[in-house]
Amino acid sequence: MDASLISNLALGFGVAFEWVNLLYCLIGVILGTLIGVLPGIGPVATIAMLLPITFTLSPVAALIMLAGIYYGAQYGGSTSAILVNLPGESSSVVTCLDGYQMARQGRAGPALFTAAVGSFFAGCLATLVVAMFAPPLAEVALKFGPAEYFSLMVLGLVAAVVLAHGSLVKAIAMVILGLLLGLIGTDVNSGVLRFAFGVSELADGIGFVTVAMGVFGTAEIVTNLEMKDEREVFTGKVTHLWPTKEDFKRIWKPILRGTVLGSALGILPGGGALLASFGAYTLEKKISKYGHEFGKGAIEGVAAPEAANNAGAQTSFIPLLTLGIPSNAVMALMIGAMMIQGIAPGPQVMNEKPQLFWGMIASMWIGNAMLVILNLPLIGMWIKLLTVPYRILFPSILLFMSIGVFSLSNQPFDVLLMMMMGLLGYVFVKLECEAAPLMLGFILGPLMEENLRRAMLLSRGDPIVFLTKPISGTFLVLSVLLIVILALPSLRKKREEAFQE
Amino acid sequence: MKIKSPKEFWAGLMFIAFGLFFLIVSMKSYQLGTAVRMGPGYFPAVLGGILAVLGLLTFFQGLTLEGPKVPKMHLRPIFFISLALILFGYLMKPLGFVIACVLLIVVSAFGGHEFRWKEVTLLSVLMVIFSVLVFVKGLTLPFPLWPAFLG
Repeated sequence: MDASLISNLALGFGVAFEWVNLLYCLIGVILGTLIGVLPGIGPVATIAMLLPITFTLSPVAALIMLAGIYYGAQYGGSTSAILVNLPGESSSVVTCLDGYQMARQGRAGPALFTAAVGSFFAGCLATLVVAMFAPPLAEVALKFGPAEYFSLMVLGLVAAVVLAHGSLVKAIAMVILGLLLGLIGTDVNSGVLRFAFGVSELADGIGFVTVAMGVFGTAEIVTNLEMKDEREVFTGKVTHLWPTKEDFKRIWKPILRGTVLGSALGILPGGGALLASFGAYTLEKKISKYGHEFGKGAIEGVAAPEAANNAGAQTSFIPLLTLGIPSNAVMALMIGAMMIQGIAPGPQVMNEKPQLFWGMIASMWIGNAMLVILNLPLIGMWIKLLTVPYRILFPSILLFMSIGVFSLSNQPFDVLLMMMMGLLGYVFVKLECEAAPLMLGFILGPLMEENLRRAMLLSRGDPIVFLTKPISGTFLVLSVLLIVILALPSLRKKREEAFQE
Repeated sequence: MKIKSPKEFWAGLMFIAFGLFFLIVSMKSYQLGTAVRMGPGYFPAVLGGILAVLGLLTFFQGLTLEGPKVPKMHLRPIFFISLALILFGYLMKPLGFVIACVLLIVVSAFGGHEFRWKEVTLLSVLMVIFSVLVFVKGLTLPFPLWPAFLG
């Protein structure tokens, strides 16, 4: 740790401790916990909903709040996973396995405690990782030309494909479809209006908020409505939170391993909280001497993935802050938030806006501390929320989404577009085509085209530059390797197993 | 020809349709340009072509690999949610925020399993009050509150 890191963190904490920023950090983590607890609405839809509102805030406050929603949702998601066996958030899916079993055995308290403490520890450490690795990476990224950017985006998209469930071909097709949808609107180079068919509202393209709310929000509500509302809530049973000495002995190593693995997986483009929690659970199951208890209420099965998903959520900010490239749909929305504020995301942010960069990092630590307080002593409040039936929740969620989308440009057209994207998203669900790769492609579409054009112009139309430039070549080779490895039959089977669990 | 995996089969057809659409429109309506100076049609044409090929692959997987059926589509939630959104969007300006909110909540609630008038009425009132205070008064979003013909 060098002196500049400490002075940078000091600057960051100075910014994060300003009372306005503390307030928005608190609002963010409360909202995050809330939507994390409530099944049926995730951080993507919430951030999309709040995006138009952030326009009125200062850039630092806006980003601090949105970041708080993301990692707050990781905390809240574990609560409903443990108590209701419903993942409030996709990265809590694995927590259901052992967390819910613990709750059934009357050990909901220690499970909740483990989840919160594991998350907190992971959050603290991952914040340090972000602070240490972001600056050197940003230095490297400053040297990137269009060819490097293009290849990096290819790698990011390939990584998104790796994470998708089911068929590899379908996931790649979804990425391409996303790229194409992203191209709708005015072409920056020629000024030509593409694929608009006379609809003037499409001149600026389809807003990604609209797409995200449609394919994630609306489609999810419709899918949820197909299922009967059956929930078994362990409300009365959370009496003692404190784990036993034996529990403590068993959880500290899994938390540590989960944090390390989660931090590493979060940095990967296409990574983030979801991959981290799956990875940590699988690893822990393999190496723990209590491996046979997994699925039957092993406390390690709560500790490791909970630590990992929070670590992954934090470190997935690294590609965003250093390269300006989103590693998942939430980060894509963060880019949107930065652009609303007139900040071009990329390596220059760290040098040009150090208060913003370090303030946001410091706020993550503060936010994690707030979350422990929110989630442990106040657990009773969140449990009450779990008893609210879905038939009351979904019209409210739909209303907030519609208000958010309508306010984007004050035109009915955006709401109509959200509805159509919702229908498309519903078809995707039925055909088992995952929307996350599509979303990533959608965000990167125009960026990729721009960088491809520039790189080809510089190389006078010779596509070989993508391979001969060392950094760009490495990215492409890595991408190909990833696809080849995935296409191998033995690994494909493993991947399917991992998603089955 | 027998469909073995309906999910792949239909997904394949969908991708082919999207791919061909983008490919044909780009080739017909926009300049392709050259690899050095790409026109507006170049990138979408290439991507559309790739998408169509991937769609074809998926389509053939649907004919060769065994797979599960496409789960049943439930029309009731789709219909009421879509209707609620359209009403909200297009009635906001003529009828104002308050009426649009109530319509959205009541119509979308019909998409659920059970509809209880008392509950929905109470929810509408609470959500309207909350939304007006937070979004219109607090965040000053420029929505008209009441119908245009009254103001």
